[in-house]
Amino acid sequence: MIEVQNLTKRYPGRTAVDGISFTVGRGEVVGFLGPNGAGKSTTMRILSSFMPATSGTVRIAGYDVFHQPDEVRCRIGYMPENNPLHIDMRVRDYLKFRARLKGLGIGRSRQRVDRVIEQCGLKDVEKRIIGQLSKGYRQRVGLADALVHDPDLIILDEPTIGLDPHQLRSVRALIKELGRQHTVLLSTHILTEVEMTCSRVLILNQGRILAADRVEDLESRFSQDGRVVAEIDATPEAIREAFRDLPEVAALEIQAAAGAFQRVAFTPKSGQDLRPLVFEQVRQHDWSLRELTRPRLSLEDIFIQLTQKKKGGDL
Amino acid sequence: MGVFLTLVRRELGAAFNSLTGYVVVAITLLLAGFGLMDIVQRLNSDRTPSPIPEIFFADGIVFWLILILTTPVITMRTFAAEKALGTYEALMTTPVGEWQVVLAKFTGSLVFYLLSWSPLIGVLIVLRQVTQQPQLLDPWAMCGVLTGIACIGSTFLSIGVFASSLTRSQIIAAMTSLLIGIGMWTLSLRFSQADTTGDRLGRLMDHLSVTHHMQDFARGVIDGRALVFHLSVTFFFLFLTQRVIEMRRWK
Repeated sequence: MIEVQNLTKRYPGRTAVDGISFTVGRGEVVGFLGPNGAGKSTTMRILSSFMPATSGTVRIAGYDVFHQPDEVRCRIGYMPENNPLHIDMRVRDYLKFRARLKGLGIGRSRQRVDRVIEQCGLKDVEKRIIGQLSKGYRQRVGLADALVHDPDLIILDEPTIGLDPHQLRSVRALIKELGRQHTVLLSTHILTEVEMTCSRVLILNQGRILAADRVEDLESRFSQDGRVVAEIDATPEAIREAFRDLPEVAALEIQAAAGAFQRVAFTPKSGQDLRPLVFEQVRQHDWSLRELTRPRLSLEDIFIQLTQKKKGGDL
Repeated sequence: MGVFLTLVRRELGAAFNSLTGYVVVAITLLLAGFGLMDIVQRLNSDRTPSPIPEIFFADGIVFWLILILTTPVITMRTFAAEKALGTYEALMTTPVGEWQVVLAKFTGSLVFYLLSWSPLIGVLIVLRQVTQQPQLLDPWAMCGVLTGIACIGSTFLSIGVFASSLTRSQIIAAMTSLLIGIGMWTLSLRFSQADTTGDRLGRLMDHLSVTHHMQDFARGVIDGRALVFHLSVTFFFLFLTQRVIEMRRWK
C-alpha cells in the first residue's frame, strides 16, 4: 500500500527526514513512534502529498505521490496534526463539505456522511457547531472526515493527543475498528497506544528509522534482556546465598526497599524467564514475596537503548 | 464546478459566521452614513447640485475609505486564517485544483463585498424618493457606479487575496493590502489632479488612475479601457496567488 524509498526532506539548515525506506502492506495498522521532532509529521505530510520531498520516492496504492498527486489524494484519508476543523460549521455540514471536496457527488456524499456519522458515533451531535464540541467529539469528527470518501489508506497524525482517558479509550477503539477494513498509518509518542492499536511499529528518531518490527517482537527484543525484579522479605546475604549456585542467573542486584524487604533484580544468562525459578527459591526458603515482575520497557528506555546502540556503532 | 461552488459557499459561510464579516458591514454602514450626511448637506446648500453618484463616488472620499478599509478585512482571512488554523493542510490534501481554490476564495470575497454594499444602494434609492428629482440619480449613472464598485473592488480584493496567500498572519495580510490600497489611491489622486495634458507619462498615469476611473463610472461612462485594466490587474494578482500556492505545494 505504501512504498517509501530513500525519502529525504531538508529544511534550510535542518534535515527533518533522512533517507528513510519502509513499506506498509494492505490491511496493516502501522504506528509511527517517535519523540517530538523525530520527523513523523513531516513524513506524513509528504505521504499525503501536502508537501514535496527533497529526494526519494513514495508510492501509494501504486501511484507516485509526486507525479500523480490527485490519484493519491483520492485514496488517502488524512487527519493532520492537531486535527484542524472549521469550528464555525455544523458537524453534518462540515462532513458534507469535505465529502464534496474529495470528489463525491451529492447523492453519494449524503450516503457516505450518514455512514461515517454512524460509524464514528456522531449521531447525537450531527447538528451541533464543531467549536462547541468536546475534544473527544472533535477528534471523531476528524476521523469521520478522514473516512468520508472511503479511502484505501488512512493517515492519522497524533489522533489521540490531548484526550482524557475516556475519550482516549473510545478513539482507540474506533481506530482499531477502522483497521479491519482500511490500511492505517498513525503517529504517536505513546508506546501503550501502539501496543493497543497497531500490528507493526516504526520507530523514528532524528529523521531515521531506528527499528521496524511487529509490536511483540519489539517488546521481546527490548525487554531488558529478560530482567526480573522481585521484592523479597529476607536479608541480602541470604538472598545472595540462595541464588549463588543457580546456573540460570547471570547477576543480581540488591537494593533495600520499604520495610524489611529487599528489591532484587535478576539478570538471566540466556534470556529465559526467571520468574518460576525465583518463586521456587522463595517458596523453598519460606520467605514472603510481594512483587515479582518482568519490567516492560517504556518508550523512553527503548529510545535510550536504541540511541546508545547507534552511538556505539558510530564509534 | 460543483466543487467550486461548494468552496464558494464555505467562504461565504466563514465570512458570515465570523465577527470580521459583521465588522465589515458595520464599517460600510457607518461610512455610508457619513456619506449620506455629506450628500444631504450639499443638496441643501447648492442651487444646482451635482448628481448624487458624483457627489458620493467621485468627489467625496467616503467611497474610497470604504473600499480601502473593508477589502483588506474581507480578504485577510482567505488563506492566512486557514494556514494558521491548519485547515489549509486539510484543504490542500484533497484533490482540489489550485485554481479552484484561488477562484473560489476570490469569488467568495467578491460576493461578500458586493453584499456589504447593498445597504448603500438602498440609501440612494431612498434619497431619490425623498428628493423627488430623478435627474439626480439617473439609471445609467447607477449602472456605472455598480460597475465601478465591482471592477475597482475586484482589483483591491485580488490584491488582498494575494497578500493573504503570502502569510499565515491575518494582520500582516491586512496591513499589506491596506498599504498597497492606500498607495494606489494616493498616487491616483495625485495624478488625476495634476495638470498632465501633453505629458506622455502623465497621460499614462491618468489612464491608470483608479480615482479617474471611478469619476467616469459615476458619470455613467463605462470606459472599456478601465474595464480591461481592472480585469487584467485582478487576473494578474490571482495568477500570482495561484503561483504562490503551487510553489508552496510543490517546491
